[in-house]
Amino acid sequence: MADSNRIAIHPILPVPDKKEIYFYWNGQKMQAKCGETIASALIANGISVFGHHHKDGSAQGIFCANGQCSQCSVIANGLAVKSCMTAVSENMIVQSLEGLPVLPAVDNPLSFEPLEQIDTDVLIIGGGPAGLSAAIELGKQNIPTLVIDDKNALGGKLVLQTHKFFGSQADSSAGTRGIDIGKNLAAEIATYSSVDIWLNSTAVFVFSDKKVGVLKDGVYKIVQPKRILNAAGAREKFLRFPGNNLAGIYGAGAFQTLVNRDLVRPTQRLFIIGGGNVGLIAGYHSLQAGIDVVGLAEAMPVCGGYKVHSDKLKRFGVPIYTSHTILCANGDDTVESITIAELDKNFQPVKGTEKTFTCDTILIAVGLNPLSEFTLEAEAAGLPIDAAGDALEIAEASSAMFNGKIAGVKIASILKGEKKNPIPDDWFIKAEELKSAPGKTNNYNTPEKEEGVFPILHCLQEIPCNPCTTVCPTNSIHTEDGSLTAVPVYTGSCIGCGKCLLICPGLAITLVDYRKDKENPTISIVYEVSNYPVKVGDNKILNDINAKELGKYAITAVQDFPKQHTQIVKFKVPKAIAKKVAGFQIQDANVSAPLTKPVLLEKTADEAMVCLCERVTAGEVRALIRKGITDMNLIKSITRAGMGPCGSKTCEVLIKGLLREEGIPEKEIAPITKRPLFIEIPLEKFPNGSAK
Amino acid sequence: MNKIYDVIVIGAGSTGLPTAYNLAKAGLKVLVIEAEHSPGQGNNKKAIGGVRATHSDFGKINVCLRSIEILKNWSEEMGEDIGWLSNGYSYPAYNETDAKTLKDLMQVQLGFGLNIKWLNPDEYSDIVPGIWKEGLQGSTYSPEDGSCSSLLVSAAYFEHCKEEGVDFHFQEHITGFNIVSSKITKVITDKGIYSSAKVVNAAGSYAREVGQMANLDLPVFPENHEAGITEPVERFFGPMVIDMRVAPGSSNFYFYQNSEGQVVFCITPEPPISGIDTRSTSLFLPMCCKRMLTIYPRLRYLKVRRTWRGQYPMTPDGFPIVGIMDEAENLINAVGMCGQGFMLGPGMGELVTRICLESTTEKDKEVLKSFDPYRQFTGQEAFK
Repeated sequence: MADSNRIAIHPILPVPDKKEIYFYWNGQKMQAKCGETIASALIANGISVFGHHHKDGSAQGIFCANGQCSQCSVIANGLAVKSCMTAVSENMIVQSLEGLPVLPAVDNPLSFEPLEQIDTDVLIIGGGPAGLSAAIELGKQNIPTLVIDDKNALGGKLVLQTHKFFGSQADSSAGTRGIDIGKNLAAEIATYSSVDIWLNSTAVFVFSDKKVGVLKDGVYKIVQPKRILNAAGAREKFLRFPGNNLAGIYGAGAFQTLVNRDLVRPTQRLFIIGGGNVGLIAGYHSLQAGIDVVGLAEAMPVCGGYKVHSDKLKRFGVPIYTSHTILCANGDDTVESITIAELDKNFQPVKGTEKTFTCDTILIAVGLNPLSEFTLEAEAAGLPIDAAGDALEIAEASSAMFNGKIAGVKIASILKGEKKNPIPDDWFIKAEELKSAPGKTNNYNTPEKEEGVFPILHCLQEIPCNPCTTVCPTNSIHTEDGSLTAVPVYTGSCIGCGKCLLICPGLAITLVDYRKDKENPTISIVYEVSNYPVKVGDNKILNDINAKELGKYAITAVQDFPKQHTQIVKFKVPKAIAKKVAGFQIQDANVSAPLTKPVLLEKTADEAMVCLCERVTAGEVRALIRKGITDMNLIKSITRAGMGPCGSKTCEVLIKGLLREEGIPEKEIAPITKRPLFIEIPLEKFPNGSAK
Repeated sequence: MNKIYDVIVIGAGSTGLPTAYNLAKAGLKVLVIEAEHSPGQGNNKKAIGGVRATHSDFGKINVCLRSIEILKNWSEEMGEDIGWLSNGYSYPAYNETDAKTLKDLMQVQLGFGLNIKWLNPDEYSDIVPGIWKEGLQGSTYSPEDGSCSSLLVSAAYFEHCKEEGVDFHFQEHITGFNIVSSKITKVITDKGIYSSAKVVNAAGSYAREVGQMANLDLPVFPENHEAGITEPVERFFGPMVIDMRVAPGSSNFYFYQNSEGQVVFCITPEPPISGIDTRSTSLFLPMCCKRMLTIYPRLRYLKVRRTWRGQYPMTPDGFPIVGIMDEAENLINAVGMCGQGFMLGPGMGELVTRICLESTTEKDKEVLKSFDPYRQFTGQEAFK
């Protein structure tokens, strides 16, 4: 069987030539790439069901792709492992996990190595944008710092971000792709001798004796820092809906990991829930990975993400259903279709508005929660801790880098015993700006004239982004009041160089050139989905900012910018539409057509799972709440929701939601008790051989 | 608006819940006052779930025999599945001294009519396959001991308490008593003042503080213990395994596989760590896993899922303190369970109820000798 679900071409990412190896899945020989995870190898071979749950026999597959849950567990060479965190190896015997695993009868005695203890001034948990930015500041001041990250490369989620970043060029590398920012930060870190990096290293707990347990490359170690920076990021929220335990429902982080890191295609037809930046960008990444995006549903009347992102997706041909929610996921083992419905003003589904779409995967991108446990543990232990990035507050990576930098400077100053505040006041202002949510949407401010050449800025919403203003060689683009968040306006003398097109993270600038033909000017559209190839002569449906069709026109020129992984596509169009054109459609309309009759499950909302680990339904929890049991710890005691391998990482938020729905005031909800360990670890990792 | 109660039970834990249930079932009006948000949230939920009758003295043996009877039949008689397993207890001996101690004690236990036998190393490794056999002299095995979920048991008792009309006040702290002529006339909390004919001190780790409010000096001193639980796997061994040897940093440790298939484990720090601290330490897993894997290498790949820390409310001799003291003659103390509150609880709840009802039997009186508040506390439980 061929590993046909691999991404062979990608507009942005290089496809490395990795050695091919073979492994066995339930007795069947399959091809894998050396070094990839078992999960990705299985997905590459079209396998989406990895086993069946021991409680209810329902199918399990990839869920977090981040080592946090255990939904993707398989048996590899006799041992139950998380397939998303375990590398496949030559001739590995991999079997689906059906029910509970059998512990192998290995009875020879063990010898125990001494438990290593490492002292450092600063322990940074998480080598993403915030952690690396902080480490760079600490490195500059020669402060002993240890950065640990549970992945095999630095950069955190930057390594998944194939798109160009927002923000400003000076403070957050705006206009540069996330993957490249990650590489740049990692390269800079390497130049500081006081900074140590541990990859494949997971912090498991900050213990009361001010020591941090870390599993490094499978070896348990104790780190004793003077201070900690929690830069561990965030975790995705999940949703309650019937069918939410089917294989093929997961978060954007998992999706981007599979697609952009591992270059496997876990789906042919994707539906996205959530119109924040995460969901919108995931939609864009899907198109670049050659995955059909059937649609995107957002509960609010407008998408919460940047308008340039949603505009772009719509123009490509992905319908965005605002004021819509998921009613249910349909299928036996895996997702076969999704049913959505329109929401009324009270966020209740409107009968008769149900639409069903066939899809094999549903991506849940409904927000993030800071990963706060290390902070809480350190505080309980009396060990000084700061947080930066998403672990502090959910915002864009541009903001994470900047507040990471602030945290680094602050920690250095404290450790050096400096009295005065080391952070300039304007840094805090900048930090606030970078994390600002989208503001109001303006009207176009396009020149009246129909001569010469100039850019059309299809960027009408206030967002913290300004690289177009800094890249223009004639200094012809400014934000209205000079601030980072104001909308950019063109005033000046464009020379048609196209630099603003290439740097704009929103791909929201076109160029209109009347110089050769005033009646039929040439428009330039920036394009980075080259897996949908374009060539001169192709007819494309052009559309405006809101994806309204403006007619079909032929491509007159395609310019390649290989360094930027970008093309500029040119059309000659009548002057009447020239300024309106914002992009062209690439995904066929048939892809997103609903079924003629919606699939309405007989299942009720109470059949939704709140705890995937222990298969606890909303109905079970609701029944307890209605009996007066509102302490999450008691709910956990009775139902086991939260006692599974993930340690209530997913269900806590869902149970809180149920409590709210049942009218329990938030302040009366006692928090669920969090205990070690952050991830499950074999007993053999812990013994201290040197203990007398 | 404060109701008059027959009995106020202080503490909704391993002892308080069964006591409240039995009192209410006997027709009394009961109020339970608990500092936590909900029942069983103190040390009850920290219990690893083992229940044995194979102690060394009449009192504990009889209370626990009754506990086993109640818990074993719980799902049939009370309805809820509490995860009961009659998986037995075992004390393997790795040296002749321990073997002799255990065999001597077995004679006492057999004398009390307990079902306990000596297994040779081969017989033992049949029920604990893969157990380290070098130096193994054999093991006791008491097949009628068992285990269940302390979480489910306390939740079930809570449900039945409510059915029987017990009132519960959570997140409420006892601040004092009004005492007239050696009788508590009022129970005072941070939220109200209550009257009752009798008061039960089932405050676990806080029993001494509650006693002090009634002018008692109950020698109950909490000690910290840590425990852990693994992922579930198919059943692969039978009984609770208790290694009673002393090693640096610990005096004994024990583990078993519960009804979910998870291995639950615990170690007794030596010297003891007194006080109340529920925060986990970095020392527990390296120490406990080393000891476990030394005698049971098969556990190596089993993944630790969670660890926690709770307290054993210890008394100087390792026996509970149950009964009334002169300074407060309507205060029934049921305290100092020494880490066995969960296994003693169901039987103890009935016993305390009979004390409250002044209907103790001759056997109860014999049992209570072991737990007498006025004893000298000079003895030592064989396996506390």
